[in-house]
Formats: sequence, structure tokens, C-alpha cells
Amino acid sequence: MTRAIPLVPSPSPRKSGRRGVGFSLTLGPPLLWVTVLYLVPLALLLIYAFWRYDPVQGETVRTLSLSNFQEILTSSAYLKTIGRTVLVAAGVTLIDAIISLPLAFFIARHGGKYRALLTVLVILPLWSSYLVRAFAWKVILGTNGVLNGFLMAVGLLDKPSPLFLYSNFSTVLTFVHVWLPFMILPLITAFERLPQSLLEAGTDLGARPATVFWRVTLPMVFPGLLAGGLSVFSLTMGDFITPSLVGGTSSNQVGNLVATQFGVSDNWPLGAAFSLVVILIVVGVMALVQRRAEAL
Amino acid sequence: MTFALESAPPKPRAAKKPWLLALVSLLVFAFLYLPIVVVILLSFNASSVLSLPIQGFTFAWYSQVFQDDGLKTGLWNSLRVATVATLLASSFAVLAAFAIHRYRFFGRSSFRVAVNLPLLLPGVVTGVAMLAAFTQAGVEISLLTVILGHAIFGIPVAMGAVLTRLSRMPANLEEAGYDLGARPPQVFARVVWPYVRSSVISGALLAFTLSFDEVVVTIFLTGRDNTLPMEIWSRLRTQITPEIAAAATLVLVLSSVLVLLNGRLSRE
Repeated sequence: MTRAIPLVPSPSPRKSGRRGVGFSLTLGPPLLWVTVLYLVPLALLLIYAFWRYDPVQGETVRTLSLSNFQEILTSSAYLKTIGRTVLVAAGVTLIDAIISLPLAFFIARHGGKYRALLTVLVILPLWSSYLVRAFAWKVILGTNGVLNGFLMAVGLLDKPSPLFLYSNFSTVLTFVHVWLPFMILPLITAFERLPQSLLEAGTDLGARPATVFWRVTLPMVFPGLLAGGLSVFSLTMGDFITPSLVGGTSSNQVGNLVATQFGVSDNWPLGAAFSLVVILIVVGVMALVQRRAEAL
Repeated sequence: MTFALESAPPKPRAAKKPWLLALVSLLVFAFLYLPIVVVILLSFNASSVLSLPIQGFTFAWYSQVFQDDGLKTGLWNSLRVATVATLLASSFAVLAAFAIHRYRFFGRSSFRVAVNLPLLLPGVVTGVAMLAAFTQAGVEISLLTVILGHAIFGIPVAMGAVLTRLSRMPANLEEAGYDLGARPPQVFARVVWPYVRSSVISGALLAFTLSFDEVVVTIFLTGRDNTLPMEIWSRLRTQITPEIAAAATLVLVLSSVLVLLNGRLSRE
């Protein structure tokens, strides 16, 4: 724009009564679409969780019962899987947050003219096949893989270790890698919005860099951390691809349970019950974090 | 400590070069790109065993990709699905963005949450919920159901970009149009649309690329026709050769072009 137009915020939204045709035309179609294709299916899924699967007849018994939840809560294997999924999700989120902070800070505040390019370089891995990237970790972590080869060449290992692959280690590591861009991007935006003067004020008042970071920077980029963290947590909670590719028999996650029930086991009610568990956990965490964020 | 005289302004402290930070950032970038480098290396490996070090350099896997009917069909299906899903998603996203931006109505924030729900909840929930609904309604799962599934999470993706842009639009742009005598359709076509056009495109590109690589929702809604990720997924579980690495590298190059395109467009 060559002429300077004073920036005035958009006019306040029109209240009901003066809406007319424009309103129905813009709200109607998406509302209808989302309701029919997402909200109704979601409701159906929740109802399925309270139905039962009769293995003798091979079909779903459509009477309401809590038997699925009974089954889940009394099975130590299922409970262990759910617990493991939450721990893995939390761990991956924490590790991603720690790794992303320095890089995002660097790109936002020291990137200079390369900032856009560096941001694109962060996004780029997202556009290579998720499946193949996860599979690549198989190659890296396997007994004939890159990591073992490197550790042997450096002298830290005598023979290849089978521990790196098909374990919780490989699952966590692969998750940390594939979701990393989702954590970095909102942090870059958050750091870009940080006013430099605030940081300088902290230093001028005599605080050491670590204190400035902890008491000023971190609270201010918290919304970015929240956005990235919730994405990574939710993505990990529901994923079953990575555990299938690089996880061992004891690295199963809830997503795998859902997939199996909707797949070979054909026990949709139980699968729906597991889905409900996942939804409750994710929504619960979101609600918890929102409340902490508002308290800040 | 010397006392500065009144006229001398304090010298700004010279910024220290952040070497440690740069080093850590470099390490994180290296971690981010390590599997990609491995995949690219594997695609040129003359050995058919999927491990390093490289035994020899060859383009054979790439020519195999170009002759692979399964992969080519998968690619074609992915392109079709992504295109239709993106068109649907962008259309609904633009409508929804305008509805949220312009009108205050009962349930406005709930509507916004509902539209964003497919992104907030894990993809597996979207997949199984839609599968249950389609089966209940007697709809056969096929590429069509895949398209519908992709459109559902494409809408919030596309809507986010448009809403952000709309919220920054200066009010007096539209007013100027009306003051000059234009009717509402003209104001939209000549004032509003040129302003939001780039955000619609970048939202659409984002939705397209997410659809192109989508696995989790797709698995539950796929019938007889595979998208490219579905094709790769089935290969990964059975016969694995470096051909997959070559296919993935090609996908990466194609996607990089799209991302760079988007970067150029959003700089307007």
C-alpha cells in the first residue's frame, strides 16, 4: 500500500436483528456440513461406547451398558497401556518443548534476514512422508543401523545393541522427531512478538540472563508453548502409526487399541470406549492447562 | 564508577554473539533433518537392503518408482483427493470465517470450537467416528469418504489463516468503497476479496499438503482405492525396498516446491 491508511479496528460485528441473508448464507452451510459430517458422527461414537459387542452372534447389542468401561478398568493390560500412552505423550511434549525453545528463540531474535528461510526449513520436514520419516528411524536405530555403527566407530560399544529399536526409547524418540515442527512454529511466533524492551528492562534492573529468561521470557511465550504443547500431546495420544513401526510389543498405545478393535477384532463398542478415554484425557488436559494459563 | 556528565547518552551494550545458542540450534536442525538425509541416501543406494553405508550409487530405484503402477495410482488418487477436499474445505472455511468475523450471534464461540474440534482431538477419533457414521448410514467407504474426512480437518486449517487476515483488515477500506457508491457485491469483489485472497490461498495450500500426507484418518475411511500414504503403508509392512525411499524423496521435492510457492505468495 503506498498511501498511508490509518489502521482502525474492524467495525463491531452486527448484532442479531440486522443480519439478513448474508448471515444465513455464511453460517448455514459450514454449520450444516460440520454438524452432519463431524458432530453427529462424534455423538454416534460416544453412544457406541455404551453398547456391547456380542462375540457369539458377531454383532453389536444396542442396549446401553457400562460393560466396556468395566472391561477397561478391570484389565491391568489396558490400564497399563493407557498409563503408558499418557506418560509417553507428556514426556514427548516436555522434550519437544525443551529442544524447541532455543531454536525458536534463535530464529526469532537472531535470524535477521534469514528468519523466513529458517522458518521454512522448520516446516519442510513436515512435507516429507510421515510414514517414511518414522521408518527412517528404524534404519537409524536398528542393529545394523546408523546409531550402532556410530557408537561402535567411536568406541562406546563393542557390538550392536538391540535396545535402541522396538522399545519405548525408539517410540519416544520418533515421536519427539516427527512432532518437533508443531512445537517450534508457534514458539517462533511467540518469540517474535516479545518486546525487546521488556527483556532489556529486566537486565537493566540487574537480573542475570537466566533470571530474565525464567521470570520474563518464559511467562510471555507461554501461549506459544501452550499451543504447541497441546498439539503435540493430542497428536501423541491418538497415534498408532509410530508404535506400529518402531515400537516393540510392550510399546502399544491407546491408538493401537482403538485401531485393533475397529479392525481385526471388530469390537466397535470397545474401540469407541477407548476413543472416549482418549477424548476425556485430551479435553481434561486442555481444560486444566487453560485454567492455569488464565491464573497467570 | 565514573559519573557521566549530563550531555553524554549511555552507550548501548554491544550484543554478544550467541555462539552457544547457535550451536544448540544447529544441533536441533541436524536432529530434525537426520532421517530425511537417511531417506535420501537410501534412495540412491545400490544395495536393496535398507541400511547404510551406501554400497553404490544408482538411479534405478527412481526409474522403478516411475514404472510402479501401484505407486502411480496412489499418487493420482492422493492428488485427486487432496484437490477436491481442499476445494470443499476452503469454501466452507471462507464462509465460516466471514460468519465468525462479521456477526455476533448466540453460540459464536461454540461454533468456532466445533469447527476446530477435528484439529483439537486426535485424528483417530475423527477416523473411527466418521467410519461408524458412514457404516450406520449405509455409505460405502471409498475415495469419497476419504475426501469427506480430509475436508473436515481441512476446514479449521484453512479457516485459521483467513480469520487472522480478516481480523487485521482496516474498517475504513470497506467504508471507502461504500462511500464511493459501490453496492455490496462490488465492495466484496473489488475491496474485500483482494485483501483476503492471499490468506485463502495459503490456507488452502496448508490444507492440501496436510491432506496429501494424511494417514490416520485415511486408514479408517479407505475402501478399495489407495492414496499414496496408504500405498506406502501397505508396502512398509510387506516388501520393503529402497524404492519407497525414492518415492518419499520425490514427494519431499514436490512438497518443497509447494511450500516455496506458498512463501512467495504470502509475501505479497
